[in-house]
Order: sequence, then structure tokens, then C-alpha cells
Amino acid sequence: MPSLGADMTEGTLLEWLVRPGDRVDRGDIVAVVDTAKAAIEVECFETGTVEELLVQPGTVVPVGAPLAVIAAAAAEPEAGAPAGTPHARAGAHPAEHQAGPIATPLVRRLAEAGGVDLAAVHGTGPGGRITKADVQAAPHAPAGDGPSEGPAVPSPPQAESHGHPPTGPGTHPAEADGAGGRVRASPMARRIAAEAGLDLARVHGSGANGTVRAADVRAVLRAPAAPVPSTASAQEPAAPAPSPPTRAEAMRQAVGALMDRSKREIPHYYLSTTVDLAEATRWLRDRNRQLPVAERLVPAALMLKAAAVAAREVPQLNGWWTDGFTPAPAVHLGVAVALRGGGLIAPAIRDAADLPLPELMARLRDLVARARSGRLRSAETSDPSITVTSLGDQGVEAVFGVIYPPQVALVGLGKVVERPWAANGMLGVRPVVTATLSADHRASDGATGARFLSALDRLLQQPEEL
Amino acid sequence: MNQDQAAELVKEVLLEIVPDADLTATDARVDLRQELELDSMDFLTLVERLSSRAGCRIDEDDYPRMATLAGSASLLAERT
Repeated sequence: MPSLGADMTEGTLLEWLVRPGDRVDRGDIVAVVDTAKAAIEVECFETGTVEELLVQPGTVVPVGAPLAVIAAAAAEPEAGAPAGTPHARAGAHPAEHQAGPIATPLVRRLAEAGGVDLAAVHGTGPGGRITKADVQAAPHAPAGDGPSEGPAVPSPPQAESHGHPPTGPGTHPAEADGAGGRVRASPMARRIAAEAGLDLARVHGSGANGTVRAADVRAVLRAPAAPVPSTASAQEPAAPAPSPPTRAEAMRQAVGALMDRSKREIPHYYLSTTVDLAEATRWLRDRNRQLPVAERLVPAALMLKAAAVAAREVPQLNGWWTDGFTPAPAVHLGVAVALRGGGLIAPAIRDAADLPLPELMARLRDLVARARSGRLRSAETSDPSITVTSLGDQGVEAVFGVIYPPQVALVGLGKVVERPWAANGMLGVRPVVTATLSADHRASDGATGARFLSALDRLLQQPEEL
Repeated sequence: MNQDQAAELVKEVLLEIVPDADLTATDARVDLRQELELDSMDFLTLVERLSSRAGCRIDEDDYPRMATLAGSASLLAERT
């Protein structure tokens, strides 16, 4: 069970998209996992053959527990060889984050001192990094012993395979097992159904593409001849526990726990500046006028790109604080998305600083849509390196955010408003935005933060360069 | 397209974007973005779908008129 966000301690396996015997490539979506916040499509971190699925749909599994056994690319499972034989175990690697253990020097020293083999430790930090707590929790064994039981980390990728499986996991039809199958439904509909113990597969969806809407669920629940809500069985992910917290409650708890940790552990400092958007607005307007609606850019996309490039310029703000600061190798820009019905989730646009604007805009639209329909991918939720929150759409002029641990900075963008603006001794009316930065004082000082906001300002004065 | 047909189209698209919206309770003159908590991306999706299904051009200059259900409907009715 990969960590799909800093606030995740366990997840419910909703469905498998592969079966034993299937060939999988690194990056294929193999399973859907439900967290407190959303259903997330989990990508495979190995190339090989699925040998055994260790976890049944509907099961709640802690982060770090193996979900499946995947034989390395070269090894074909032998017919009749029972899973768990020395052969199968030797060539098998539970789905994992990284090709090798990643740890800070401090953690390595700690592991050495305690006789812990880092290769056998599951990293729960961002990007699968091994934290101090992971080492302390690990069984102390002489170095060199491979993983035997429990969480294990794969060795570096073995034989390269460029062959593609005849049918990718994405092309498998949903398993015809009722609730385990893929039912399109709005988050609100899922919540109401889960609360009532109703199997969504029994609800006729009246929305686009047969999407089950809240009204459909309510109609079924109200109808006198409605099928009796199924009693929750372990097989039905829609009702995993006798009295589980509702989605809204779980979401509030998850947000609350993470923000509580943030405010307890992170010494925040805050900076604010007002950015003149006259040039950016003019440029956007001219550009959009010539384009069909689908290709138009919104100001938010331009500001996100500027924030990503500024974060690349000031690497002290782009990364993670675990037992020290680890800079991120690229800017995976988290975007806080408010969910309808409450709560928020901040998935990442990967490599945002390197994306051309139209591409970034397309990714942003796709990401927001999927965050709301509950179809995010593990790569998007596991390791954002800095997050932007744009409350401007909701009408506020400035937002001073709370940092998502283990990140070290959060950028806040307010509403674009027209204000009197003095420039070159002249007073005029210009569109402006208040950009703020909340940053971790353990990782940087105010002067570093100030460089970030000045970079953001400078970049937005030359929109054509973004 | 007359005003009623246009209003129906707007509602249809809004329900695709906000599946749980209760449009029967939505006043045709309230600001849609606030009422339905549409962000700029949602609004762009609305414009995009209305433009393609009604077969008319909608420019950024038209956005202020599209703030409400009634405004959007009358804009579409004029253009088609």
C-alpha cells in the first residue's frame, strides 16, 4: 500500500484492475485505493507478471503492507508453482515506490547503528523516502539479508522488457462482481450510498455517461420497492465497516490531522506582495481572442506556471522536510482543489515548470475534473513538492495558507481585482493579485521567501516567456 | 434556439459539471459561479460546451453576461 499523500496512514483496496498472470509495465494502473479523501488509481512500480493478489477488495490495509506479488520482467511464473515457494518469493517484489531505498544521510547512519537493512525498510516519506520513524519501526536484522516477510523493497529493475502486454490493465473490462466493478458516480452519491449500505451497482445512473448522481441514490432509497440495502460484507467496498465515518467526516479528520501536524511541527513565516497583472491580462486577452474556447488560458494557469518556474529558481522552497531538508528533483506543483460537498485535496501537476502553458492548462483542467470525480492517480498524490492554493475564484483577495507537511512552502493566490496603481509617477487602474507565501522557517529564511515572491512578480511581467 | 431551449441547454451543461446541483432551486438571476461554486476551469468548460452545442461563438467579452442562467440563455438565444 503506497503512501498516497502525507496524511494517509491506511487505505481501502477498492478494486483490482489486473489478475494473476497479467503482464504489467511500470506506470500501469493496477488497482484503485480509497483514502479518506478520494479513490486513487494506483500505478505499478515494477514491470513484470502479476503472480498473486494478496489483498481482497474491501480490505483496509496500512501504508507499507504488500498488496500483490509481481514477478520481475524476465521471470515467467511456472505453471503449477504455488505462490510462496522459494522460486516465487525470490523473483517477486511487492509493488513499491522506488527502485532502491532513498534515505537521508542521517537515516542511513541511524540504520547502520541499529543494524537495520535499509533495503528491507518501507519508506513512508515522499517518493518512498525512508524516514527516521521507518528505521525505528523496522526489525533489526544483520545487513545483507533480503526481505523475507512483510513490507519489502524491490531490488533495482531487472531485465528490461520493452514488450507490451497484449492487453493493458486499462483495457480490462470491470470485474462483473457488483460493487467491485467500476461504477461512475459523483462523490456525493458514493457517500450517501456508503452511509446507507447501498450497492451503487444497483442504482441506475441518470447523469452523463450513466453517472450515478446523489438524486439517483436518494430515489432508490426512497422507493417503497427499493432493494433492501445490502448488509455490508467484507467484499463490498461501498460499506467497509459497521459504522464507518462518512466521507465528509473522514475528509475533515484527514484535513484536520494533517493541518494540526503542520501547525504543531512547522514554524511558519508569511510574506505577501501585490503583483501588477496588467501585462499578463493584456497578453491573455490577445491570445485568447484568436483561439477556440478549448484552447483559451485562464489567469490561474499563467500564475501556476509562474509559481512553478519561481520554485525552480528558489530550490530551498521546493522539497520536503523529514529529518532535514531534501530538495525535490523537479517541481511537482500541488494544486489545492476544493471538492464539492466540502473538503479539499491537493494533487500535483508533475514537472510543472517544464510544461508549455497550453499543456499545463490542459493538465490543470484534467486534474481538477478528476480530483472532483474521485479519479486521481498515485503519482499525482504521493509527492507534490510545493503547493499553490488559489482561493481567488471564491472571491477572497488574499490567502495565507497552512503548509502541507512534509512540504516546506505554500503559495496563496487571491482574486484578480482592479485597484488604483501608481507607476512611473502616474496613477492608473490596473488588475492586480495578492500573492502570498507561507514557508517553513526550519528550511528557509524570509530573505529566501522574498526572492521567490519577487521571481513570481518578475515572471508575470513577461507572460510571453512563460 | 429560443430562450427556453437555450435555458434547457445551459441547465443540461451545468448538471454535467455539477452533477449534484439542484437547479430547480436556482434563481435564473443569481450569479452561477457563486451559487454553484464554479471555479474558472468549470466556467471555461461551461463556455466550451455551450459554444460547441449551440454552434455559436462565445468570446471572453461575453463572459460577464454569462454570469447568470438568464443571461447565458439570452446570449445563446440571440446568437443562434
